[in-house]
Amino acid sequence: MNIRDLTIQSLRARIAAREVSAGEVCRAALAQIEKLADLNAFITVTTDAALERAARIDDLAQKGDELPPLAGTIIGVKDNMVLRNVRTTAGSRILFNYKPPYTATALARLEEAGALIIGKTNLDEFAMGSSTENSAYGAVKNPWNVDYVPGGSSGGSAVAVAAGMAMAALGSDTGGSIRQPASLAGVVGLKPTYGRVSRYGLIAFGSSLDQIGPLANRVEDAAAVLNVIAGHDVNDSTSANQPATDYVAALAGDVKGLRVGVPREYYGEGLDDEVRAQVEAAIDKLKGLGAEIVDMSLPHTKYAVPVYYLIATAEASSNLARFDGVRYGFRAEDARTLKQMYSRTRDEGFGAEVKRRIMLGTYALSAGYYDAYYGKAQKVRSLIERDFRNAFAACDVIATPTAPTPAFKLGEKADDPLAMYLSDIYTITANLAGVPGISLPCGLSAAGLPIGVQLIGRHFDEARLLCAAHNLEQALGASLRPPIISHA
Amino acid sequence: MPITRTDVEKIAELARLELTDAEADSFTSQLGAILGYIDQLNELDTADVPPMSHCATTADAAEARRDDVVQPSLGQQVATANAPDAEAGYFRVPKVIGG
Repeated sequence: MNIRDLTIQSLRARIAAREVSAGEVCRAALAQIEKLADLNAFITVTTDAALERAARIDDLAQKGDELPPLAGTIIGVKDNMVLRNVRTTAGSRILFNYKPPYTATALARLEEAGALIIGKTNLDEFAMGSSTENSAYGAVKNPWNVDYVPGGSSGGSAVAVAAGMAMAALGSDTGGSIRQPASLAGVVGLKPTYGRVSRYGLIAFGSSLDQIGPLANRVEDAAAVLNVIAGHDVNDSTSANQPATDYVAALAGDVKGLRVGVPREYYGEGLDDEVRAQVEAAIDKLKGLGAEIVDMSLPHTKYAVPVYYLIATAEASSNLARFDGVRYGFRAEDARTLKQMYSRTRDEGFGAEVKRRIMLGTYALSAGYYDAYYGKAQKVRSLIERDFRNAFAACDVIATPTAPTPAFKLGEKADDPLAMYLSDIYTITANLAGVPGISLPCGLSAAGLPIGVQLIGRHFDEARLLCAAHNLEQALGASLRPPIISHA
Repeated sequence: MPITRTDVEKIAELARLELTDAEADSFTSQLGAILGYIDQLNELDTADVPPMSHCATTADAAEARRDDVVQPSLGQQVATANAPDAEAGYFRVPKVIGG
């Protein structure tokens, strides 16, 4: 059994018809995780809990009861979302032994909907990175070519889906951390509107930017997962009161007359020629389906990376103050005073990139520099958000590359933080403006690495965004599979 | 204004990070490069632009409020279960003063 062949809806129907059991699917996923353990996609595999939940789904099917919407769906969840009594590390040494006393709202909703959480996926430490090399539990490898990174920070989630270890996964996206690894690993990745999905139980990085969303083999499955996790939560005061719609039903529409904006700033210097060609071909497909292509501008795009690396790091420096060796996780030994214990715990517990960002954020917020850096960044963020509001008066969705290049080699950007930051240049804007974005595979490079196209939508317009992505996906044809699993 | 080694040491103190000498050296040059890149924001005149601290999409303050009623919480035993050093429902830490 190849997990990648199963859609969420078809699996539910086949379990109900007793053609296949949830236990069987679960064991196939576990076997694949074991077989491809060298990819390092998972930090923790929750074998017993998943098999136990599978047995419960099979009991329901045997009794002929109605199955919940995600019955038997095998899901990996990024290890920065807490699951009660299951070690949650955030990819950091500082949380090497943390067993959370509660479960994140998004994960609780998945479990209530019959999904089988099969494990916690690897990530850049505290979701800070674009390659999943910054994990205290080792780098994740790209299943398309194991010498290459899978993108990040939700690299483990992207690889779990790409390599047939899970039917879908949850990631978090602060500046592209769902969409960029989806692009580099050849799967679908959706960052919903800020506030669409509760962040309760997501270990905070940049609280005004963070959003949980699904990665999946196809748009339809991403929509099915969003149906379950979207909606207001009393435990997250930033979760939106806007009612969620049926995103799977929304896929039935077409794109005739849809106005697709093509912002020229996303096709300039720094964009790889192969990526440009594949993304332009995808836009031609949309045109062929009856969409209207609109040439347009998002004039403040070039300022998005500097704005992001001030706002995200400022928020991170505050959010990560809680890791001090007192209440949970790692504590440095032999400190004589409280202050020494804090400082040594944090120096030994955090990795280099996390420390770099805490330093930058602390600097941006410090007396004498606040207005010049953090204050300035907040103002330019307003201009970037205004760009999108103006743009969406003239178009319904915006089409761009997801990442400027296909996957890069392990270690290639490890010593150059700025070069790494620029791999998020096309995804950061959606976080700053709070709008939803989705990446879907649109082809392969000559070297056999996946390329993704990104569609960006209006606030809370996921229904239209997913419909456009689904239509494009159908027009592009069958999804591509890494050679490593094609013969499974 | 380039960031100096002294600045880096001061920020590390504020951030409660006891950096090694090698870390302080590499952060000085790396943060200098990043801040140099960030300086392009000064090309923009933002005198009349309001700052954006959060997305306007989220529930407004009135909606986000709830009645101030006591809710069940973790309790002392569960709340201290992950602590590196706890005793009798309290967190134990090295001495705060006199060090």
